[in-house]
Amino acid sequence: MKQIWIISRRELQSFFNSLMAYIILVTFLGFSGFFTWLFGSDVFFVKQASLQSFFGIAYWTLFFFIPALTMRLFAEENRSGTIELLVTKPINDWQLVLGKFLSTLLLIIIALVLTLPYYITVANLGPVDHGAVWSGYLGLILMSAAYISIGIFTSSISNNQIVGYMLALFIGIFFQIIFGLLAGNLSGFIGSILDYLSLSTHFESISRGVIDTKDLIYFLSIIFIGLVLTEGNLAKKRI
Amino acid sequence: MDIIVENLTKKFGTQRAVDNVSFKVKTGEVLGFLGPNGAGKTTTMRAITTFLTPNEGTIKFGNLSIYDHPDEIKKHIGYLPENNPLYQDMPVIDYLRFCARLQGIKKSKIKSKILKMVDLCGLEGEKHKKIGELSKGYQQRVGLAQALIHDPEVLIFDEPTAGLDPNQIVEIRKLIKKIGKEKTVILSSHILAEVEATCDRIMIINKGKIVADGTSDELRKHTQGKEILKITIEDGEKNEIFKALQKINSVEVVDFIDKNLNSFEIQSKPEMSSKKAIFKMCIEKAWTLTELTPFETKLEDVFRELTMN
Ligand SMILES: Nc1ncnc2c1ncn2[C@@H]1O[C@H](COP(=O)(O)OP(=O)(O)OP(=O)(O)O)[C@@H](O)[C@H]1O
Ligand SMILES: [Mg+2]
Repeated sequence: MKQIWIISRRELQSFFNSLMAYIILVTFLGFSGFFTWLFGSDVFFVKQASLQSFFGIAYWTLFFFIPALTMRLFAEENRSGTIELLVTKPINDWQLVLGKFLSTLLLIIIALVLTLPYYITVANLGPVDHGAVWSGYLGLILMSAAYISIGIFTSSISNNQIVGYMLALFIGIFFQIIFGLLAGNLSGFIGSILDYLSLSTHFESISRGVIDTKDLIYFLSIIFIGLVLTEGNLAKKRI
Repeated sequence: MDIIVENLTKKFGTQRAVDNVSFKVKTGEVLGFLGPNGAGKTTTMRAITTFLTPNEGTIKFGNLSIYDHPDEIKKHIGYLPENNPLYQDMPVIDYLRFCARLQGIKKSKIKSKILKMVDLCGLEGEKHKKIGELSKGYQQRVGLAQALIHDPEVLIFDEPTAGLDPNQIVEIRKLIKKIGKEKTVILSSHILAEVEATCDRIMIINKGKIVADGTSDELRKHTQGKEILKITIEDGEKNEIFKALQKINSVEVVDFIDKNLNSFEIQSKPEMSSKKAIFKMCIEKAWTLTELTPFETKLEDVFRELTMN
C-alpha cells in the first residue's frame, strides 16, 4: 500500500509540475460550467432544480480528457527507459499499475470536488433531489475509473503517447456510444448483450439515483480487466 | 551477498544474446564485464537485476533465487542502467526522495541520506535544478546517487563513468574500489584501463559467451605463451650480434628494430626465457647491453585476440 501511494504521489506531483493538471482542471470546470448554464437554464422554468445537464456534459468532457491524462503514464516510462529503474526497485507490477491508476483517479476526484459549487448554487434555486446528485457524482467517478483503466492499458502498449491517446478514444467510443447505438437497432439476445456493454446505459441508471449491483459489477469489471491487461503488458516486456 | 549465475540464457527471437553463461561473484569482489558492442553485457546485467526474465538458467543472491524472492532481492540491489534513464522533469532532490521512499528508508533518515548522497556525488550546486537541466556528467552522478542511496549490498553499474570528466572518473573509480571491499560489484566498461584499475576480476564476453575470466595478470598470461624481449647492444657490429643472437638455444626469431641503434626484437621458444643467455653472451664478447625490456602483452591485445573473429 505504501509503495502504491509513493507512486501516486510522484504522478500527482508530475501532473501539477507540468501544468497538465491546471490545464485540465481549468478547462474542465470552464467547459462544464459554461454548458451547464447554457443548457441548464431551464432550471428557471422547471420548478425542480437538477444537475442532469451538468452530468451529461461532464460525462462527455471526461471522456475526452481522461485519455490525455493517462496517455503519458506508461508510454513515457517506456520511451525514456525509466521503467527499467522503476521495476528494479522493490516494487511489484501491481503496485506500480495501481499507483498510476490511483493518481489519475485522485486528480479527477479533485476536479469533481471543485464542481460542488454548481451543486450548491443549483440547490439554492429550488428543491434538488440530493440522492440523485450524489449518485450522479458516483456515476462520474465510476465511468472515469473505467476510462482511466482503459487509458492506462493503451498507454502501456507502445512508447508513443499519441498512440496511447488515440487507442484509448477508439476503445472508449465503443463503450461510450457505439454499443448503445447498435443495441437500439438490434433486438433479441445480441441486442441485450450490447445494451449491457454500453457504458451510457449503466451511467444513466446510476445517475438517475438507482444504484444497482449490476451496474457496479459492470464498472468494476472494466476497471479490473484494464488493469490486468496493463500488468500483462508490463510482464510481457521482460520476456 | 554472493551472486551465482548458472547456465543463464536470454534469447531475443532466435538470437541468443546471452548463451549458457555461468559465473559467481563473491562479496568483496569487483567484477568487470568487457566485451565488444552487442556482446550481451547489458542483457546479463538486466537479467541479474530482474528487469529481464531469463529463458533458461537460474540467478541466485546468496540462497535467494530471483524467481522466488524478487522483491526481497531488489532491496539489496543498487542499479545504474545503461544510458542512465531519469525523470527529466523532476528536481534532483525530489527524485532522490522518491527513490529513498521506494527503497523503504525510514522517514526520519531520508533527509540525511539525501544530503549524504548529494555530498558524495558532488551535486551540491545542482540539487535544486530539474534533472533535465543538468549536464550529462551531472545526470550520471544523479544516477549513481539513486543507486547508492539505500546502501545496497550489491551494485550493478552499466558503464558508470560514461560522460564524466577526468576528475570525476578518478573519484568514481576510487569510490567503487572503496565500496567494493564490503559489497558485491559488477560493472561494465569499454575503457580497459578502467576495468584493470578498479576490478579484482575481469570477464570478457563475446557473442553471449564468456571467453575469458580471471585477474588482469591471468588474462595476459593466457595469450602470452612466448617471451618477447627488446634489447639494445652497443660496441658491437650489428651483423655479428645478429648471428650470435640466433645461435642462442632458446631464441626462436631475431628481428631488427632499428639497425642504426643496434636494437633487436627477440622472440623465445615456447616456455623458454633467453634473458640470462643474452646477458652471458654480452659479457663473453665484451659488448655493452644497454637495454633489455620484456614486451608486456597489453589487455588491449588480449581483448582483440579473444573478440575478433
Ligand atoms: N530488447 C531487445 N530486443 C531485441 N534484441 C535485443 C534487445 N536487447 C538487446 N538485444 C540484442 O542483444 C544483443 C546484446 O545486447 P546488449 O545490449 O546486451 O549488448 P552490450 O554487450 O551491452 O553492448 P554495448 O557494449 O553496445 O552496450 C545485441 O545484439 C542486441 O541487439
Ligand atoms: Mg551495453
